[in-house]
Amino acid sequence: MRVALRRLAGLVVFLALWEAISRLGVLPSTVVPPASTVLARFFGLFADPKFVPDAVSTLLSWLIALAIAVGIAVPLGVLLGSVRWLRLVVSPVVEFLRPLPAVALIPLVILVLGSGAQTKIALAAFTSVWPVLFNTIYAVSEIDRQLLETARVFRTPPLRRLFLVVLPSIAPFTLTGVRLSAAISLVVLVTTEYLTLGTIGVGQFVYFWGTSAGKMDMVLAAVVFLGLVGYLVNLALLGVQRRWVGWAASGGAV
Amino acid sequence: MSGRWPDFARRWLVFVVFLGLWELVTRAVGNAYFPPPSRIASATLDTWFTATGMTDDILPSLGRMLAGWAIAVAIGVVLGVALGRSPVATDYVSPMFFFARAVPATLLVPVFLVAFGIGPKMEIVTVTFGAVWPVLLNTIDGSRSVDDVQAETVRAFRIPRAQWVFGVVLPTALPKIFAGMRLALSLAIILMVVSELMGGSSNGIGYRLVNAQGLFQFPQMWAWIVLVSVLGYVANLVLTAAERRALSWHPGFRAEADLLEA
Repeated sequence: MRVALRRLAGLVVFLALWEAISRLGVLPSTVVPPASTVLARFFGLFADPKFVPDAVSTLLSWLIALAIAVGIAVPLGVLLGSVRWLRLVVSPVVEFLRPLPAVALIPLVILVLGSGAQTKIALAAFTSVWPVLFNTIYAVSEIDRQLLETARVFRTPPLRRLFLVVLPSIAPFTLTGVRLSAAISLVVLVTTEYLTLGTIGVGQFVYFWGTSAGKMDMVLAAVVFLGLVGYLVNLALLGVQRRWVGWAASGGAV
Repeated sequence: MSGRWPDFARRWLVFVVFLGLWELVTRAVGNAYFPPPSRIASATLDTWFTATGMTDDILPSLGRMLAGWAIAVAIGVVLGVALGRSPVATDYVSPMFFFARAVPATLLVPVFLVAFGIGPKMEIVTVTFGAVWPVLLNTIDGSRSVDDVQAETVRAFRIPRAQWVFGVVLPTALPKIFAGMRLALSLAIILMVVSELMGGSSNGIGYRLVNAQGLFQFPQMWAWIVLVSVLGYVANLVLTAAERRALSWHPGFRAEADLLEA
């Protein structure tokens, strides 16, 4: 209770300071519009006929990209985690591909795939694969040997073993990977939208209001929107982790 | 774990086979967007190794990235230690921190452009804004984990503040700080490229990348993409080595085993 009150007080003071800095002209209000203006714009976004499809496009692409990444990375991670020789063969290639930031591929992928949603989905999915893949491989190596051996002794069929032993054991780590991926893929999504002329999405909305119109209140309203969404999604994933896979003491780092 | 040399040889063998396959497939398909690696390699000659490529593009980009990252680390560690040792103050600021961390830093590029203009200042600010959060939040977390007995011993013996911070708090928090620094570095590379792509720069790796795209010079474009990749790889390697050296004494440190090699 105390903590919540302090947080609320901190937020109020922050907003008041922001308002004052802008109103008193410490920072020009063309660069940092007052908090009240930005908040009004933020609530206005939900009735903005241009912003709503932008937001839907970004959030839907986000979901699809994460689903694709999980669909690729979890089976691949389980496979690489359980078959040693395959892991040894594949790992140098993975190490070579992983440091390749998706943002460096934006200009290329725009040319190859065009300006539609497939471009940003492909780039975001590419980024999202790595954290999930690495966490899954790690999780497979951490599965309790006794569990695996018990399952083997009782001749549990492989499929049953997968669903009753392997997947529940790796879920906490894999979810941590998904959480990391969600944050990074959102950056890749909005950056791609920003750089793709004639597309839709929150990134393009920011590009339009920021670069062509110079309206920072609209830009910051969109920033508040995505910041809030990102924060809530992270919170929701943490909640899922705690509620449904709470048997693991921890789900990895950060 | 197999020996060092066979391990090394295996990696390179796989890598060479991978390159060979890539070469064969791209030659067979003949798609202009995907030049064979041999052509990318020869394109590095007129991208990385030109008279101006190094001094006008690669070094400035690298400098901005490292500057932004170093500022982020400095702010994150100083503020993080201060906040980590005062939970009440942390309560007041944590909503803003968690919110700011969730904001994709690239969306603020228009604001930074208006505030700082086109140029290195804006690029450094973008990198710093994105990279500061993992360092800050990890340092807060790490500083909190100082053992209560240690904290009280220090208080009982009236150990000077500087010694408390540098002798107890920082060493305890170091593994977490390094983890944050590594995350921040990979973000810094992304943001360096992005700020050059988005910010109307007139030099730098990101600028060359869009330029090559505009001129349809695909081997050159790939050469820049490979360079970003190599930078990311090398930066992570250096930092991991530094981490291993700095933390080998730490009881809480478990050298991050190569996950893929185990």
